[in-house]
Order: sequence, then structure tokens, then C-alpha cells
Amino acid sequence: MSPDRRSWIHAWLLLMPAAIVLIGFTYYPAVGTVVESLWTNGTVIRPSKFAGWDNYAQVLGDPVFRKVFRNTVLFALGTVPPAITLALLMALWVNGGLAGRALVRLAYFTPTILPMIAVANIWLFFYTPGIGLLDQIGHGLGVEGHNWLGDADTALACIMVMTVWKEAGFFMIFYLAALQTLPPDLIEAARLEGAGRWTIFRRITFPLLMPTTLFVLINALLNSFKLVDPLFVLTKGGPDNATNLLLYYIYETGFSFFDGAYAATLTVVLLTLLAGIALTQFAVLDRRIHYR
Amino acid sequence: MTKNGSLLEQAGAWLLALLWLAPLFYAIWAAFHGSAHVVNFDLSAPLTLDNFALAWERAPFARYMLNTAILVSLILAGQFLLCTLSAYAFARFRFPGSETAFLVVLLQLMIVPEVLIVRNYATLGELGLIDTFTGVALPYMASAFGIFLLRQAFKGVPRELEDAARVEGCGTLGILWRVYIPAARPTYLAYGLVSVSYHWNNFLWPLVVTNSTETRPLTVGLALFGAPESGVDWSVMSAATLLSVAPLLVAFLLFQRQFVQSFMRAGIR
Repeated sequence: MSPDRRSWIHAWLLLMPAAIVLIGFTYYPAVGTVVESLWTNGTVIRPSKFAGWDNYAQVLGDPVFRKVFRNTVLFALGTVPPAITLALLMALWVNGGLAGRALVRLAYFTPTILPMIAVANIWLFFYTPGIGLLDQIGHGLGVEGHNWLGDADTALACIMVMTVWKEAGFFMIFYLAALQTLPPDLIEAARLEGAGRWTIFRRITFPLLMPTTLFVLINALLNSFKLVDPLFVLTKGGPDNATNLLLYYIYETGFSFFDGAYAATLTVVLLTLLAGIALTQFAVLDRRIHYR
Repeated sequence: MTKNGSLLEQAGAWLLALLWLAPLFYAIWAAFHGSAHVVNFDLSAPLTLDNFALAWERAPFARYMLNTAILVSLILAGQFLLCTLSAYAFARFRFPGSETAFLVVLLQLMIVPEVLIVRNYATLGELGLIDTFTGVALPYMASAFGIFLLRQAFKGVPRELEDAARVEGCGTLGILWRVYIPAARPTYLAYGLVSVSYHWNNFLWPLVVTNSTETRPLTVGLALFGAPESGVDWSVMSAATLLSVAPLLVAFLLFQRQFVQSFMRAGIR
């Protein structure tokens, strides 16, 4: 056997275990989901039959789906940009000559290592009508109590605020890492030229951090579509689906309503969203990151 | 304006830090006081440990903690093994289709196992792995993220080290074990910490797969404990929440630098 051939075989043998798991739990189910979305649910009496685009037509006509889709987009837009902005601010503060910066960095980062379920438990008490912390503070200021999580107008916003609190410190880390690689002489030169802090940020730091911002943005968006844990504690997607998100709706459809075909169709919608964002990443970021 | 920024900015940074810690402080305060005092926000209330005792009594938190520890270790062991082997193949072997295969692996960064819960649950059913540790752990073992990180680390190892080991008679796996794994130790630490924090906190997939006290991790146990039907009051709930986050939180406070640096290292990809 030629040494080349032997090294191929070694490589494929090394890849085998991971390949089996990846195929079994990512590629095969992804393809299976697409196939399933084109068929009806089979029962013992009525076998599954080809449905074509019927399930997709059902998705488009489903008022709950429309609400869920709108919520999912709103949730992404309402959590990702604020969290990233805060993260950048935090990183600039912690990276500068702040007094007690280690402690401040610790404070910003701590929510990241808490489980979402625990965080939701704590925040649930803030939002409880009447006795909750938010209403108690409101009382002190003479504001009427409010059922924050029970009101369709405020429930999603409440979850978004909590999510921003939980995630900002995580994104801060990426900015901190990036800030440490910035050339200090560039900023020093600008300072000697008499540029103010804001000018330095706007003209030098921010543009140099752009690749990081894009990277964090894409990954935060991808992540936001999977962030459904708080719903299990806070709202169960209610009131009247006002906080229902796509992955939670998939969970409900699959495990509470046992509608496999419809769950598969919804999953294809989610996969399409993820793939769209991922493709943007490859298109935009590949010019910078070379995977070698 | 000085290099350190204005006093106003310092104050802003500290205020934000306090705001960020407030929920956790509040939970700690609530856990050590009676629920009547907590609802009234009575700062002079006496300290008590009853809430912890009650929480510990009403739900098998010790068991949940053990389950989480087993689960996290199992996942980490699996990830280290599978990702090391694949990363080695991608970093040091030339074989047809390697570029394509690597891109296909990277797809998993977008499609995590949770997204395909319905299908993956069915697969576990066929394998007879529902309500087992292996069932919860298996889908995460081949992590594209881990493969990516380790491949980067292995690529940074000088070829001369490998050649020297080969001269001394090491085979393919011997070189991996003697040269590459020791050289990538910081990456293993970084990836390990990120993985442990992720899976200690993971919820949706374990919720779906587990349905008994013997397998249920902390997050799922805590969600059950906090369900409105269980009629638990705030102080006990806070105590239970603290109990569940305590191990990771204490580890984080002790090894703060390593945690933050690991997340940073894993972040610069």
C-alpha cells in the first residue's frame, strides 16, 4: 500500500466516530425533516402520503405561526443590537484604566455563567404583579401596578430586557479579546494629533472592531433563535402566544400536539432562517477569516 | 479629559456593574430571609437557613446535581475524544475531500442538535436511549466548535516535533498522544470550561430526553420545582435557584481569570 493511501485511510478512520455522530444527529435529521415536511402524518389506518406544499400552505395560513414568526424577528432585533452595544461599552470601560476594573468585569460577566432557567426564576419575581420588585418600585413612585408578563403588550419586552442582561457580558468577551489586538501606536498617534476620545473611537477603534462586530452580530442572531428557555419559566409562550418563539412553537407542535409533519415544516422554516444568516456570514466574513 | 475617562464614565461603569449584580444579590438576600419579609422587602428581617433546608427536602437536588455532574463529564469526555481525533485528521492529514468535509462539519455551528429536537428524539427512541445519560450526551459529542478549536491548535504545533517523535518510533496515535495533545493543553482547558458552562446550563434537550429523577439534570429539576403548580414560595425558590447555580458560580469566582481567558481564547477563532 502506498504511504499516501495509508494516510487517507488513517484520516478517515480518525474522522469516523465524529462523522457518525454528526450524520446521525445533524445531517440525517436535517434532511429527514425536509422530507417529512412534504408528507402527511401517517396513522395506523391511514398511511402517510405525499402532501407536496400542503404543509407549507398551512404554515402560511396559520395565524399563530405569523405571530410566532413576528415575535422571533422582534426578539432578535430587540435583544441583539442592544446587547452588542452594551457589550462594546462594557469592553471599552473594562479595557480602559477604570478603577477596580477586575471587579467590574466580573460583574458584567457573571450573568453569562448562570443557567437561563435560574435567571428566569429570579426575574420572575421582579415581574410579578403587585408584590414583584418592579411594582413595588412603581408603588414608591406612585405608579399603578401592572401585570408585566400577563399583558400581551409588555410580556415579550420583559423577556427581552432579561435576555440583554444575560447576554451582554458574553459578547463583551469578544470585544475585550479584539481590543487587546488593536495596535496601540495608532491610537497614540491620533492622541498626539489632538484627537478627542470620541473621535478616536469613531474614526479608529470602531472601524477596527468592525470584523468583531460582524462576527458577534451573526453569532448572536443565530443564538437568539435558540433562546427559548425563559419561556418555560416565565410565560409558556403566552398570553395568547404573545411571547411564543419559533423553536418553542416547534417544541409545542412536536411534543404537546404530536403533529410531526407540521413540526417538521416549522423546523424547515427555522433551518432556512439559520442557513440564510450563516450564508451571510460566509459571504461577508470569509474575506477576513481564512479557515486554514 | 484624561486617559482614564471622565469621572462620569467611571460612575457609569460602576453603576452598570451594580445593576448587573443586583438580581443575583437580590436572590441571595431573598434566599436567606423568610418569604413574608421578602415580599415586604423588609431589610431588617432576621437571617434564616430554613429556605435551603426546605428546598433540599422537597426536591432531590443532590441527585440532580450528581446527574448534571455525570452528564457534563460524559459530554466533555466524548467531545475531547471525538473532536481530538477529527481535529488531528483535519490538521495533519492530506486526503481527498478534506476541505469539503471540513466545511460540512462547520455547518453544525449553525444547526445545533436542539433545532432538530423532534427528529433527534425519534432517533434516540429507535436507539432505546430515551431517559439515559448517553441519550442526552450523544448528540453533543461531535462538536464542530471543538473540532475547529483543536484543529487550529494542532496546526500551530511545529512539524519538527512530529518528525522527532516519528524518528523515536511513534505511530500515528503515538504522535497525537505525545506531541499534539500536550501542546494543545491551553485549548483543551479553554474548550473544557466553555463546554462545561454550556452544558451545566443547558435545558431544552435534557428536558425532552429525560423523564425520571435518576437522569434529570439541575436545570430541568429546577424548572419543575418552580412550576406554579408546585406552590413554592419566593424564598424557597431563591434558595433552590442558588443551590443549582452554586457549584458553577463558586468555581467561576475561584477561577475567574481562567474562565474569562478561556472564553476569550475560544472567542478568537
